[in-house]
Amino acid sequence: MAEKIVLNMITQRSIEEGQAMEKGKTTQEYFKACSVVEMNPDDMKRLGILINTNVKVTSEVGDVIVKAITPTQFCPPGLAHIRQGVWANQIVPPRTQSTGVPQYSGFPVTIEPARNERIKSALELVQGSVGLWKGGA
Amino acid sequence: MPKLITQVGCPYCGASCDDLEVLVSDDGKKILETRNACVIGSEIFHHATNPNRLKKPRLRQPDGSFKEIEYEEAIDYTAKALLNAKKPLIYGFGSTNCEGISAVGRVAEKAGAVLDNCASICHGPSFLAIFDNGYPSCTLGEVKNRADVIVFWGCNPMHAHPRHTSRYSIFPRGFFTSRGQMHRTVICVDPRETDTAKLADMHLMVKQGHDYDLFNAFRTVLRGHKIPEEVAGIERAKILEVAEKMRNGRFVMIFFGMGCTHTDGRNHNVDIAISLTRDLNDHTKASIMAMRGHYNIAGPGQVWSWQFGFPYCVDLSKGTHAHMNPGETSSIDLAMRDEIDCFVNVGTDAGAHFPIDAVKHLKKHPFITVDPNICMASEISDLHIPVRIVGVEEPGVVYRMDNVPIQFKKVIDGPESVPSDEELFDRIYVRICELTQTEPIWVHGKAPVPASTSRVK
Ligand code: SF4
Repeated sequence: MAEKIVLNMITQRSIEEGQAMEKGKTTQEYFKACSVVEMNPDDMKRLGILINTNVKVTSEVGDVIVKAITPTQFCPPGLAHIRQGVWANQIVPPRTQSTGVPQYSGFPVTIEPARNERIKSALELVQGSVGLWKGGA
Repeated sequence: MPKLITQVGCPYCGASCDDLEVLVSDDGKKILETRNACVIGSEIFHHATNPNRLKKPRLRQPDGSFKEIEYEEAIDYTAKALLNAKKPLIYGFGSTNCEGISAVGRVAEKAGAVLDNCASICHGPSFLAIFDNGYPSCTLGEVKNRADVIVFWGCNPMHAHPRHTSRYSIFPRGFFTSRGQMHRTVICVDPRETDTAKLADMHLMVKQGHDYDLFNAFRTVLRGHKIPEEVAGIERAKILEVAEKMRNGRFVMIFFGMGCTHTDGRNHNVDIAISLTRDLNDHTKASIMAMRGHYNIAGPGQVWSWQFGFPYCVDLSKGTHAHMNPGETSSIDLAMRDEIDCFVNVGTDAGAHFPIDAVKHLKKHPFITVDPNICMASEISDLHIPVRIVGVEEPGVVYRMDNVPIQFKKVIDGPESVPSDEELFDRIYVRICELTQTEPIWVHGKAPVPASTSRVK
């Protein structure tokens, strides 16, 4: 079994995110909708990742802990998807090919099991990144 | 008696549905029911009357907590922050009306700011392609009435624009498309089998990042040349079959989205999509449209093109003329180069939607959020100013994804003391004029608003 694998990451819109976002980005719904990664079941097997366990996703700019779920929309082997939102943007490279648009889709990431690591809340990630996180839920 | 308001616009996605019906309470303060909206649209109207709605600006204190302050103080703070900065950036406008967008234009010009909107991280590359190659587009009404071959390329309306397929593109019965879905061939090009792909007659599971190759293959085939066995993960036979479908269509409609603009190739993917549309017109009628994300994200492009000559990435910091050069004057690039020394986030959430490194750079300087709701940007801001919700508590003009302007209604009264984006930015403008001892310039006979005698309490 491999310890980590390199996959091609895309981060795109989902209706789950859209609906949860209107409830509020600090809600449990938003957390559930966006702190997940979807990939092909074969890739999960290669890594020994069980459905609904946490994984660490690392890109050229950073890493994030999210939960691996069965894709709600089929993902071919080699591709991974984190829904647009706070968790995705922890690892999206800000390079823009001189167009202004970051590399939201099509960047390499490594994925490894992280069963015992905790998924941070949206607020903890964003406030934490600018030194404002005070702890709490 | 509760009142039913009809032909209400939905302030969420770029489909900008204007057929919603909203039942409001007697006193015009509560929304009881929403009809016709999709799940996201319904959520907006229900969320609007949430009792925890903010009614006052909040200013960050030295200990990191927020303290409520008066609007007057928030306006003064914003005016001064903008004036003190060398290169302030005012960004957002995914969720406001054209009136607000225009008022912000006045403030930005006066303050010498950079003005940018969410297109900068969405369809900005489409603008670049359109400048270079033109935009043979049409309205969604034409799509509904005429299009019989629909191509969704790198877009997933079932998730991003839930009613797009029922109102415009797949299911509705139109003048020349009287059998609705039966009349249309739907083709989806996407690296995943999205819910839109599941609905399509044909799905081309393109290799991620290889859209340009596949567009090129279609052009090659339509011009009568040979292509390799396989292009971008798609077999030749399949490409020939789809090309034939397009050639034989009476009206081919290509919708494209973030799958083209968010990945390698960016504007080049859109550029060649436009060229394919042009080529198709040698055989039949064909048209193309960007799946704009938000209900009025086409608005800033329209308003600023009229005000300044450019739709986005408008740098007004030179003081003498507007300058646009995406890659240089685009929000993410400016942030990553640390050129911004004051950031105003309006009607969007840069905190959630910018790559986190860009957020960290922007946060080194004054960071202000103007938005009705609590979001990631508001929670890291030095100042958060709540405003009324457009389409719910504030009427106004919005541009749908096909650039058709629609007058949105308000359905309930907003919280009493809370201003609209337009009122807020007009007052900031007046305050900047006071501070710089200059005369405000108003157009179209708009009534001057002295800062001291504000329109809102
Ligand atoms: S499809 Fe878009 S505009 Fe229409 S109701 Fe849903 S969210 Fe609103």
